[in-house]
Amino acid sequence: MERVVDPLAKKPSILRSHSEAIGFVIMVVALVVAPFVTYPLFLMQAMCFALFACAFNLLIGYVGLLSFGHALYFGWASYLSAYSAKAWGFPPELAILTGTATAAICGLVAGSLAIRRQGIYFAMITLALAQMMFFFALQAKFTGGEDGIQAVPRGHLFGIFDLKNRTIMYTVVLVIFLSGFAFIYRIIHSPFGEVLKAIRENETRAISLGYKTDRYKLVAFVLSATLAGVAGATKAIVLQLASLTDVNWPMSGEVVLMTLVGGLGTIFGPVVGAFVILVMQFKLAPIGEWVLVIQGAIFVACVLLFRRGIIGEIANKLRIRL
Amino acid sequence: MFEIFGIPSTALFGQLLIGLINGSFYALLSLGLAVIFGMLNIINFSHGAQYMMGAFAAYLILQYSGLGYWPALIIAPILVGFTGILVERFLLQWLYKLDHLYGLLLTFGLALIFEGVARNYFGSAGLPYTVPESLRGGQNLGFMFLPNYRAWVVAASLVVCFGTWFVIERTRLGAYLRAATENPTLVRAFGINVPRMITLTYGFGVALAAFAGVMAAPIYNVSPQMGAELIIVVFAVVVIGGMGSILGAIVTGFGLGVIEGLTKVFFPEASNTVIFVIMAIVLLVRPAGLFGRRA
Repeated sequence: MERVVDPLAKKPSILRSHSEAIGFVIMVVALVVAPFVTYPLFLMQAMCFALFACAFNLLIGYVGLLSFGHALYFGWASYLSAYSAKAWGFPPELAILTGTATAAICGLVAGSLAIRRQGIYFAMITLALAQMMFFFALQAKFTGGEDGIQAVPRGHLFGIFDLKNRTIMYTVVLVIFLSGFAFIYRIIHSPFGEVLKAIRENETRAISLGYKTDRYKLVAFVLSATLAGVAGATKAIVLQLASLTDVNWPMSGEVVLMTLVGGLGTIFGPVVGAFVILVMQFKLAPIGEWVLVIQGAIFVACVLLFRRGIIGEIANKLRIRL
Repeated sequence: MFEIFGIPSTALFGQLLIGLINGSFYALLSLGLAVIFGMLNIINFSHGAQYMMGAFAAYLILQYSGLGYWPALIIAPILVGFTGILVERFLLQWLYKLDHLYGLLLTFGLALIFEGVARNYFGSAGLPYTVPESLRGGQNLGFMFLPNYRAWVVAASLVVCFGTWFVIERTRLGAYLRAATENPTLVRAFGINVPRMITLTYGFGVALAAFAGVMAAPIYNVSPQMGAELIIVVFAVVVIGGMGSILGAIVTGFGLGVIEGLTKVFFPEASNTVIFVIMAIVLLVRPAGLFGRRA
């Protein structure tokens, strides 16, 4: 069958029509080359946070739901992954799966409560539920309280690949990150993703078109929590540590900041945002508490002057999708 | 002294009093949040930080000018309320046309700035602030010992809460406020300066938080992180009560404080989480909140 082409329409350049594919290739090349240039451990940690931010962005950027409690899924996945690897001797693939399943269950419970209210209440409910689970983590015996779970064994992936080897560990994290990223991309560009965007733009209209928006929101919430769980569980294996920091409210704030800096509702924004924020924390570590002030100032500046974020501004300038 | 359910009365009433004190702070803070949300359509995430600023203002007033608790109780809220007015004029006013999420994010950023600055200058440890001379000591009521200062905190916050309710629900100024919440354009057409009213409302809400902070200073010490965790509990209180009603915010605040206090007696492990559990139950049973109207 011949395609009908409008002769007056300007043919988009390759850069325009394939901007996302080009962006993806650049990202993959950068992540393959980067360990030769900078610290692999830092990069692995950054990829975990990038996946975390992408998972968060799935909700805020594509359904318009601001979850202010995403540390819950990241942190609890991290705890269960660390605990199952250390106390039960799970191999890393099962440990990560255990953590992810924990996050999915938490996401299902918290999500079905939070979607009962809209807008600003949604943010407050997710934050409050996350704080409740923070207190559980603080009081539960298995989390190790203030010390957290330390010296988590990395083990052998599928019984073959020794994750103590830095190259193998890096490859595994890279594969997990890229699969998570590709999965989110797939969700966003599926018919399901189109309904999510319709809910973001006008929920009432989506309801009037016959969509059960609450179900769509819940599925999106569980997907987001699960992917945040993958990130947290992987992080526990990489850093061999799960602690209260992962599950406390500043972590929820940090993932919001990463996504906001990179660009809400852009596919590459959260990745760039996560790297920018982590590099900043790393470089500014010597000045101590001022980091908090600088992070706050970035929040204020982003909201007032720079709402599209880094990638959003670039995409807008070049008039492409990123 | 007698026993109730095997618990000595002094312990029970002691916790009940602590519950009422916490409830006073929940009520004052959720009231401020509700008043601000009504006019600005913004959830003020920096409310906890502004409560902390109130306590620090009282501390600094004592350190640098030697003025004690009573002057601080007036001056600190005015000073902090004034910083609120600046925040509204220079930052928040640009956000009214955007999604309310941006208001939450901006005020969250402000909370980080305020808390970070306080931590840099004063460290993370708490600073002591003594109970004023005139309110030291206490009354022995037979079934419990009632410290004067704590009785004062409960009484003062009740008076301030109901005063605020009276102004908003029963006076002409309050009628303007309520009208402006419903339909700002129409109220402006009547020649009332709505933007100024919004600015002053924000300043007032922030001053309420600072007032709570000054009252909290002798009880909890003055520390940079005193507001951060409190504000999350207050958010849960607001979700439970719903922000539509001033009286609802007051009743929910005190009620939840008391329930939390009782939980400390009967099931101490759950005292940190009981309010969040109640929030979850309320969301299941009455999703709009106890006093909320379905939007």
